[in-house]
This record gives sequence, C-alpha cells and structure tokens, in this order.
Amino acid sequence: MSTTVLRAPNRDPAWLGRVFWIGALLALLWPLGVATEFKPWVLVEPRNLKVTAQFLSGFWPLTLNAEFMGLVLRETWRTVAMATAGLTLALVVAIPFTLLSNRVLSISALAGPMARGPAWLRQSVRWLLVFLRSIPELVWALVFVRVVGLGPTAGVLAIALTYGGMLGKVYGEILESGETHTTQNLLRNGSGRLQAFFYGLLPTNAAELTSYTVYRWECAIRSSVVLGFVGAGGLGQQMDNSMKMFNGGEVATLLLVFIALVALADQVSAWLRKSLG
Amino acid sequence: MKIELQALSARHPAARSGGAPAIRSIDLQIASGEQVAVIGPSGAGKTTLLQVLACALVPAAGGLQLDGVAPWRLSRRALQRLRGQLFLAPQVPPLPPRQRVVTAVLAARLPAMGLLASLRSLFYPTDIPGAFDALDRFDLAEKLFERVDRLSGGERQRVGLARALLAPARLWLIDEPLSALDPTRSRQAIDTLLGNARERGVTLVATLHQVDVALAHFPRVIGLRDGEVAFDLPAEQVTRERLAALYDQFEHELRGEVTPPSPIEVVTPQPVVMHCR
Repeated sequence: MSTTVLRAPNRDPAWLGRVFWIGALLALLWPLGVATEFKPWVLVEPRNLKVTAQFLSGFWPLTLNAEFMGLVLRETWRTVAMATAGLTLALVVAIPFTLLSNRVLSISALAGPMARGPAWLRQSVRWLLVFLRSIPELVWALVFVRVVGLGPTAGVLAIALTYGGMLGKVYGEILESGETHTTQNLLRNGSGRLQAFFYGLLPTNAAELTSYTVYRWECAIRSSVVLGFVGAGGLGQQMDNSMKMFNGGEVATLLLVFIALVALADQVSAWLRKSLG
Repeated sequence: MKIELQALSARHPAARSGGAPAIRSIDLQIASGEQVAVIGPSGAGKTTLLQVLACALVPAAGGLQLDGVAPWRLSRRALQRLRGQLFLAPQVPPLPPRQRVVTAVLAARLPAMGLLASLRSLFYPTDIPGAFDALDRFDLAEKLFERVDRLSGGERQRVGLARALLAPARLWLIDEPLSALDPTRSRQAIDTLLGNARERGVTLVATLHQVDVALAHFPRVIGLRDGEVAFDLPAEQVTRERLAALYDQFEHELRGEVTPPSPIEVVTPQPVVMHCR
C-alpha cells in the first residue's frame, strides 16, 4: 500500500476557461446589441402589445370572397411563373459562364499548370460571377422597376441576374469537386472541351446539378414574393397593397397562400431530388 | 505510329519538382505496328512512361518524337489533334457511372466527330452496330444498353478496352488491361487487343503485371525497374535469371501472389452548401 492517499479533486480544472470564454463572448456581443438597438422587451410593453393585438385582430375574418380569391389565384400563378422564368434566364446566364470558368475542361492544364491566357479568362469570368451575385436581387429589382416599369418583368430580370451568378459559381464548384477522371481521359484522348463536357463531366455530375437547380427554383419562388413588395408584381405586390389599406383579412389570406405555396415548392423539390437519387 | 525517346526523364505529376524522376534517361525506339509489353515491379515507372507517350505528361528532360514530330513543340490545337490519334486506356476505366455502355463506348470516337455529330449521338447513338461489334469481341454485347454502374469491375474494364476498337487512333497505350479479369477473360481480352492492333497496323504498348501473359503473347518485352530500362528484348530471350533480377525483392509480384493494387477508389463529391437568403 502506498502512503499517499488519492483525494477527490475539489474543483473542475476546465471551469475557469469556460467562464472566461462565456464572459468574452458576452463582452463581444454587447456592442453588437447596442448597434442594432436590440431591446426585445419593447415587444411586451403594454402600449405595443395593444398595437400588435389590433393588427392581428384585423386578420380575422379572412377575406375569402370569389373576386379576391380569383385575384389571389392569378397572382400566385404569376409568382410561380416569375420564379420559373427568372430561373430559366439565370440558366442561360450561368451555363456559358460555368463552361468558360471551369478548370476541369482546360486542355492546357492537362499537363502541368494552366497556360496564362486561359487562366486569366477563367479568373475574370469568376470575378464577373462574384459581381452578379453580390448584388441582392432586391436591389436589381429596384433598378429594373425604374427601367422597365412596374410588373413581373423587373422581377424576372432581377432573379435572372442574381441567380445566374449563384448558379454559375455553385455549378462550377460541383463540377470541380466531383470525379474528373473520365473528363480528363476524354480530353487526353483528343476530344474537344464541349465534347468532354457532354460525354464526361455532365453525366458524372448530372444528379447533383439537377438537385441544386430544383432547390434554387424553390428559393426563387420565395424571393419572387419578396420582390413583389418593390413593385415587381405577384403575391408580394398584392400583400403590399393590402397592408397599405390596413385590410388585415386580405393580408392573412395572402400569408396563408404564401405559406402553402412555399410548402408545396418544398415538397415538389424534395420529391424531385429523391427521385433523382 | 513510330515512337522515339531520347534520354527522356519524367516526373510523376504529383511529385515535387525537386524529387527524383519516375523515369530516368530512357532511350527507346518502337517501330510502327510493333506490339510491346512493359513489365516491372510496382513503382518502376510503367504508368508514367505510358503517360509521357500519351502526351499527358511533359517530359522533364530529353526528347519525345511521335512519327518524327516533337509533340511539345506543336501549337496547343495541333497537339490536341495529335492526341486524337493516341488512345490511352488508364487502369481504372474512365466511365461515368450513370452513362449507358453504348454512349461510353462511342465516346472513343469523339476526336473524329464534330460537336454537332457528337450531340446528335447523345440523343440517338450514331453507330449502334459498331458499338455492338466492339463489345461483342469482349463478350459484352448483351450489356449494350445497360448503365455503367450496373456492371461488375471486370465488365467495366472490358468496356474500357472495347473503346480502343472504336478510337480513331494509331497508337494504343494500355495500362494494366487485365488487373480485374480472370485468366480466361484475360486471354480473350489480350487476343482481341493484339489481333485488332495487328489488323489495323496500330502500334500497341501495354503495361502488364502478368509476366507469363507478356512473354506468351507479345513479341517484344521491356523490363522497367526504378525508372530505368533493365532489358529490352524479344520475348523468347527473356530468361528466368533476367526476370529474377528485375523482380528482385518483389518476388511475390512475379509469382502473381499479390494482385496488383487496383486504385479504384470511390470519389464522393463534397456536399455543396445550399445557402439561400
């Protein structure tokens, strides 16, 4: 028997560090809270509660007359159409840029580093894509509403530009992170770049690409509702009108339709992605 | 196609530029229509040699001439046209998993097809009889319209070899064609390759782990060890002693006890972040 007796430690050695990091986090968050005027308690002040209650009580009864429902149906259809047309145009923007910026399709990079000219071309296309997607579609929509006037065209163009940039970037990432053995072999055996794309790169990554496109379509439906608020037509514009008229019943109906639409798009894209496996 | 190497050295593409070259000052002449087997223990530089011949790797030093032309002096366009006359079959068959066998086999024709013709062939295969015939020689005719991912490893390897019969090439460079085949299939595959190469006057260079196959079927055998040519002789002059020296300390490979490592690795693409505002 050894003479030293093991005693249970009377404190956790990691405790001090934990306290320090929690304190540091709070100290960092404090200025952020001040900057954003983060005061959640104003929500439950009696005066504000009354305003909220008034606003919400206006939601009932829902407006369900035939004339309004007809309008809602038309605007819903317009929203879906705007998202779909925007995404289609975005594909027209994204696909050529993806092909231009793709490193896998470089013939000079087959043996050693890529030649300087092609490398610069690819890099500048990447910068262009960064520019396109770094401007939010809301800003593009505001610009296009001035140019082409109120209506869905502005929304379609806004979605096309922003989503074109996003699709171009993500398509590029998908194509470059996937398996490139087949494509390289085709290029090494003398195929052209586009031939190698259609016979090697595209079939290898088709499922990923489609799945991402469908997901982006779902996002486009959501954002086309938001774009309506700046006058790009569709459900959003209708909701904006109803809010300005303080017509709570209409707002509530529109919100429900909006929720149902997003849920439906979610379902459709989940199903499509599953069937693409 | 006639091949000439003068004091040629080359590094593995992944190797650091300061490291030892994978093949060192190799002098080699292969006449048009010749059939050559390259044997040697693992890491001897067999695959690197094939890649240099396929213009997939820039030599670090020395000269390479194909039909009297130095490929790396050509313009990029002319080099790509030259690559169309070479057919490199890597050890791992480069086939997209979701592609159908008929498309994968006809992809070998791409260098001889225009872009429009190759797109039309995706829509409706242009030469079904040709693809059928090429597959039939490897006993795979019934797999014509199967998807590649439904095939076994050996079947995929034979599909990769069947491509050679459709390629518009005058030099076949085939890396370990038998690594996934049983002895019967091996004999059939090698007979088909050699027979067709002879018929067409195509030059054939194949690396092999199966020394007995190399000695029995190829008129000329090159032994490669540590990046240098150990011997370059007609098959009947390759003695037991020479083989023993070539495979010194790699006797298990000579006896065929260990099947060569087939680097068939499943590349799982990284999941792309699905972000949406």
